[in-house]
Amino acid sequence: MSRIALALLALACAAPAAAADAAAAPWWAWPAALFAVSFAIGIVGVLAGVGGGVLFVPLVSGFFPFHLDFVRAAGLLLALSGALSAAPGLLRSGLASMRLAMPLALVGSITSVAGAMLGLALPTQTVQTALGAAILAIALLLWRARKSEHPEVPAPDALAAALRLHGVFHDPAAARDVHWRVHRTPSGLAAFAGIGLLAGLFGLGAGWANVPVLNLLMGAPLKLAVGTSGFVLSVVDTAAAWVYVNRGAVLPILVAPSVIGVMLGAKIGGRLLRVTRAAVVRRVVIVLLLAAGARALLKGLGLWH
Amino acid sequence: MTPPEQLLYARWLDWATRAGLALLVASFAAYALGLAAPFVPFEELARAWSLPVDRYRAAVGAPAGWGWLALLRHGDYMNFAGIALLALASLACTLRVLPALLVRGERALALIGLLQAAVLALAAAGVFGGAH
Repeated sequence: MSRIALALLALACAAPAAAADAAAAPWWAWPAALFAVSFAIGIVGVLAGVGGGVLFVPLVSGFFPFHLDFVRAAGLLLALSGALSAAPGLLRSGLASMRLAMPLALVGSITSVAGAMLGLALPTQTVQTALGAAILAIALLLWRARKSEHPEVPAPDALAAALRLHGVFHDPAAARDVHWRVHRTPSGLAAFAGIGLLAGLFGLGAGWANVPVLNLLMGAPLKLAVGTSGFVLSVVDTAAAWVYVNRGAVLPILVAPSVIGVMLGAKIGGRLLRVTRAAVVRRVVIVLLLAAGARALLKGLGLWH
Repeated sequence: MTPPEQLLYARWLDWATRAGLALLVASFAAYALGLAAPFVPFEELARAWSLPVDRYRAAVGAPAGWGWLALLRHGDYMNFAGIALLALASLACTLRVLPALLVRGERALALIGLLQAAVLALAAAGVFGGAH
């Protein structure tokens, strides 16, 4: 299955590049290719648990003719659409905690606005180079990342206690109620400030960073961390997306097929999850990120146009 | 077990997201199938989409901020209705749960929610980094 996903992604990426060489591609070839790439990203993103934005921005900015400003805006809207679609179910089931998410989302949304403004103010090559470096760092983080199902939280910190950042959710897989609380809240807020900045600057969804911070740093149970991450993302990306929308950086011909493709792909990915070795797909995604990150870095440095 | 304000937020978000995505799919179909003429013709768009955003806007005469509202009859700008609805969903839901948080005595969370709504409203209004 991972081979199919990789082949699909490679094919979809190769097609527009080949078409660009011909310099005679009809306009509709681009949204069609975007749909195919986004569909593949939707599948492998779910299987690898990384979301779509982190794959979309480096791949599309590296292999499609759209300017990085438009690709970053589309990446944010794509991540936002996915997060908004998932959030209601996560909130209802209690697998996302609004109480835990609200302070983190506030800090993240402020810095994501700053990141978006910075990204639009900096020269394109600087952003492109930094994007390449960031994607390579994310690939390394995904490779090295560890998870803890139920981290030990000896005692909440003062801020977590004041905001009553604790609760209980029902874990259907374990058929039991799980009581949770968090610690190191100031460090968590600082981490979300950094994550928000990167999300706004590069147009990346930030699930790859939200979950480790919530789970490993703050001590939230893994399922709650995953659910709450999606909800935080829906707010943080909204704030940054408005900066791009108001600047005029939204191209419907780029955004709509990408959003539709990723959401359909994610549905297929969700079904394949039961029959696919997610660890293998995760390795494929790390390789893809390394390739896309290297491409973005070399493009930014002017070494590979 | 799930707090009532969280359920309320989920209900509003569900409706807003479904409506936004449906609007986006329908408007893109109208745009791509040529049912509504675009403001920027496809050939002109393809010549300009590799430019930085400010140069793109100057090249095709595209609006910034909420200027797209005046162009909603065009196939391309029709898509902005769905995009804006998706981007306004979190603001609407946050404002909706504020009274519920206050009723439950959650003053700290209500204050955070109020600040969050202010950030999102200012961002939507174009206060941060709008077009030059």
